[in-house]
Amino acid sequence: MHGWFPENISTFGADVDGVFYLIYYIVGFWFLLTQAAIFYFVIRFRRRAGQPAAYIRGDTWKQLSWILIPAAIVLVLDLGIDAAGARVWEEIKTRVPAGDVHLEINAKQFEWMITYPGADDQLGTADDFIVNSELHVPVDKDVRITLKSNDVVHSFFLPNVRLKQDVVPGRAIDVWFKVTKPGTYELACSELCGFGHYTMRGTFIVQTPEEYDRWVRAHSANA
Amino acid sequence: MSQVAAVEQHGHGELSFWRRYIFSVDHKVIGKQYLTLGLLMALVGGASAYVIRWQLAWPETPIPLTSWVPEPSMYEGQLDPNFYNQLVTMHGTIMVFFVAMPILLGGLGNFLLPIMVGADDMAFPRLNMMSFWTICTAAVVLISSFFVPGGAASAGWTGYPPLSDNPTYTGVYWGINLWLIALALEFSSFLMGGVNFLTTAINMRAPGLSFFRLPLMVWMQLTAAVLFMLSVGPLIGGAVMLLLDRTIGTTFFLPGGGGDPLLWQHLFWFFGHPEVYVVLLPGVGAVLEVLPVFARKPIFGYRTIIYSTIISGVLSFVVWAHHMFIAGIDPRLATPFSITTILISVPFAVMVFAMIVTLWGGSLTFPTPMLFALGFLVTFLVGGVTGIFNGSAAVDIYIHGTYFVVAHFHYTLFPTVFFGGFAGIYFWYPKMFGRMMNETLGKVHFWLTAISFNLVFIPMFLLGIGGHMRRIYNPMQYEFLRPLAPVNQFITVAAVILLLSQLPFIVNFFASMWWGKEAAANPWRANTLEWTAPSPPPHGNFETAPTVYRGPYEYSAPGAENDWLPQDRPIPAAAAAVRG
Repeated sequence: MHGWFPENISTFGADVDGVFYLIYYIVGFWFLLTQAAIFYFVIRFRRRAGQPAAYIRGDTWKQLSWILIPAAIVLVLDLGIDAAGARVWEEIKTRVPAGDVHLEINAKQFEWMITYPGADDQLGTADDFIVNSELHVPVDKDVRITLKSNDVVHSFFLPNVRLKQDVVPGRAIDVWFKVTKPGTYELACSELCGFGHYTMRGTFIVQTPEEYDRWVRAHSANA
Repeated sequence: MSQVAAVEQHGHGELSFWRRYIFSVDHKVIGKQYLTLGLLMALVGGASAYVIRWQLAWPETPIPLTSWVPEPSMYEGQLDPNFYNQLVTMHGTIMVFFVAMPILLGGLGNFLLPIMVGADDMAFPRLNMMSFWTICTAAVVLISSFFVPGGAASAGWTGYPPLSDNPTYTGVYWGINLWLIALALEFSSFLMGGVNFLTTAINMRAPGLSFFRLPLMVWMQLTAAVLFMLSVGPLIGGAVMLLLDRTIGTTFFLPGGGGDPLLWQHLFWFFGHPEVYVVLLPGVGAVLEVLPVFARKPIFGYRTIIYSTIISGVLSFVVWAHHMFIAGIDPRLATPFSITTILISVPFAVMVFAMIVTLWGGSLTFPTPMLFALGFLVTFLVGGVTGIFNGSAAVDIYIHGTYFVVAHFHYTLFPTVFFGGFAGIYFWYPKMFGRMMNETLGKVHFWLTAISFNLVFIPMFLLGIGGHMRRIYNPMQYEFLRPLAPVNQFITVAAVILLLSQLPFIVNFFASMWWGKEAAANPWRANTLEWTAPSPPPHGNFETAPTVYRGPYEYSAPGAENDWLPQDRPIPAAAAAVRG
């Protein structure tokens, strides 16, 4: 299973994968147990001469405990899974920090228009600049992005960050992440947004803070 | 009117061809009509899956057997991205609304519900006929949308606005209007059907047939009808609003005019999640009828299953936002909906455990219906446990909108509609057509389907874990998806085998009508009332109206003469012997 996930480069990505594996092992165990029971019963209780079926209605508490006790264990495990997931969800989605870097993305068919704050680190000033479908962020910094859409619903998906958020016209939705490894990755749209949906790809470039600053200054000087 | 009067004068059985097979009011004929419609639409849905799969495995290469599709849908055998989106949309719409529902509710429900409760027909036979012809109209409208300028609906089967709202975003004008009209007609059809199901099961039960003696299939159809009728209203409202947005310029879902796209998502999924259970319950019902007959045992925990069904039905109304965790709703809503979602696994665990325990101590035989019922259990479990991943909001952040979700819901719906549905069709075919289906072809069909189905959808989980998005025309655009290309190719080969695996069924289904072995009234030695009627039952079903003395699953009862004890047999043989 490990080999199938894209490489994780965010601080919270391992927590998402952790909840995945927690569920994987819990339900995997129950799944195998249940399948084993089915296959065992099918073989063990196939029709044999002189061996009539038992008359078991399952209408007493004693008999019902065969299924209700396993179901109660399922319930307890479910609540445990909920608790583990709730903590991770809150870390990623509920508590969005102000961010060391704040960007704005306007999604439109079929591009990500990314607004950078320029040299003054402030959005909404004259030195802001827009780059299409090329997301630059510094490594080891809290990055906050305000997501907006100009037309239809898109979905902002960074597979390596384990982050996804629908981008809804009429709303400004904040997401955050902190990445730990420089490199070039991909930004995807994961909500059907029209005939060019599959082309709505962006490059996701994680740079050292120095490189990032240099890149921002170079562009805002042009602006 | 004169025709109707003539029919009434002549009584049952002397109707013209048209009144007998086309505009019939007989619930059994209508059930078969629904079944035929569902199976025909499944061919369209399957064909669209084939084109989608080919494109994903070998993007932008000519697709075999599609050279007849004209431009602009295909260019020299290559798929246009717009047409790809149309096929994705239509595949979902067709399979859920025009295959699953017609087969399981319209087909099995119509055929079985009246006869299982010992009635001579539905409470409102003409309404029943009208509901069939309404969905038939809906199907014609839906299919015709492929042929209008701009093509069919292309905004996904969920039709999220603004994409589905403003025609400039898709280039599809009439296609989406017709799609909405087809959905509205389909909903009205099943609303009429629901009224009939409820009235018939409540008011027309045979003497002695109390609610807790009803076969579980009837309980499942009833619960499904109630869930559908309670949940569909908001979506009908939504569909009308979307149609108004598209035609007269209202802005219910357009933020530019003060509307909100998320409103649609709430309306859609408030219906959409109960809808999953509307489809699921009748499929489970078929399996619940088949298991005891071929285990020769009572179903384990009859009442517990009924209570679990009702609990899951109620819970299904408070889980819808799990489809919207990352849609932009308040993040504080995620955890409550995560809890309700994962809780719904408990009543289903109870039902599945009850089915498995039913096998314990049985005397199992494995004709085709039983194979499909067991196949349902084995495969549905995969769908059930993978739902836990999606239901966890934290995991959903990553796997939402990926092939993990696609694999999950195919593992719930395919077992329900096809394993459950085929179990039902092979089981009740002798009652429907008076002839047995061929066992060898049935077993070939089962094994081919079971193996290739798993080969298609297990790898899809891996695609999803790899981050592969749904509804992507060409995954090769993304570098991180390129290494997954062999998986896509494997899936497509398996999918073609899965489609071809249905040929033995098609041959068997039609050939057995003429050349099948003639069926006795009760070929499986089963207890429920439909088996006391002749095979096939005449218009009016029973020669004498049945009276019911016991529950439906008295198999291998101690002291009984045989290992089955029909619901309408007055005095158990053993009791008579004691008395004598």
